[in-house]
Amino acid sequence: MIRSELIQRIADENPHLYQRDVEKIVNTIFDEVIEAMASGDRVELRGFGAFSVKKRDARVGRNPRTGESVSVKEKHVPFFKTGKLLRDRLNDN
Amino acid sequence: MVDKTLTRMDLAEAVHAEVGLSRNDSADLVESVLTHVSDALVRGEAVKISSFGTFSVRAKAARIGRNPKTGEEVPIHPRRVLTFRPSHLMKGRVATGNKS
Repeated sequence: MIRSELIQRIADENPHLYQRDVEKIVNTIFDEVIEAMASGDRVELRGFGAFSVKKRDARVGRNPRTGESVSVKEKHVPFFKTGKLLRDRLNDN
Repeated sequence: MVDKTLTRMDLAEAVHAEVGLSRNDSADLVESVLTHVSDALVRGEAVKISSFGTFSVRAKAARIGRNPKTGEEVPIHPRRVLTFRPSHLMKGRVATGNKS
């Protein structure tokens, strides 16, 4: 399923809403999650999962082609942990 | 950096502010989006949200695990796990937003 299919399904279920509003709603939800993580916040959606930011420490990496050492700066990466209910549903419990 | 935790309520509030639906309807729509994504994943479909990321379901084979406390061998049954791969846009926003 891709974004446009998700929007279509929500639109089909909500005939009283304009398609462009449904688009805006779906986009707002995903944008809000990105904005939260960009500010270092977590987004916890019980039953679905939680989005958080993990810190990766600075390290000395290596260019795999040349074998040369390069310093890799500390960075922050997005992380998703599946919620218990969804994990259970994936394994039909 | 003050770390907050956002919930469904905050997402509904954003929908309410952005689209002008009532808080109740906004909350229902947030739930509906999560349900559609979950249902697709449970059916085994990958969910690709452009500029957000991709949720995909992977099958893990059975293997022998070990209870780290007792050293006892325990069978781990085959199972399906969900992985999320963030988009480049998300990675970029998270990296620049959290720069110290």
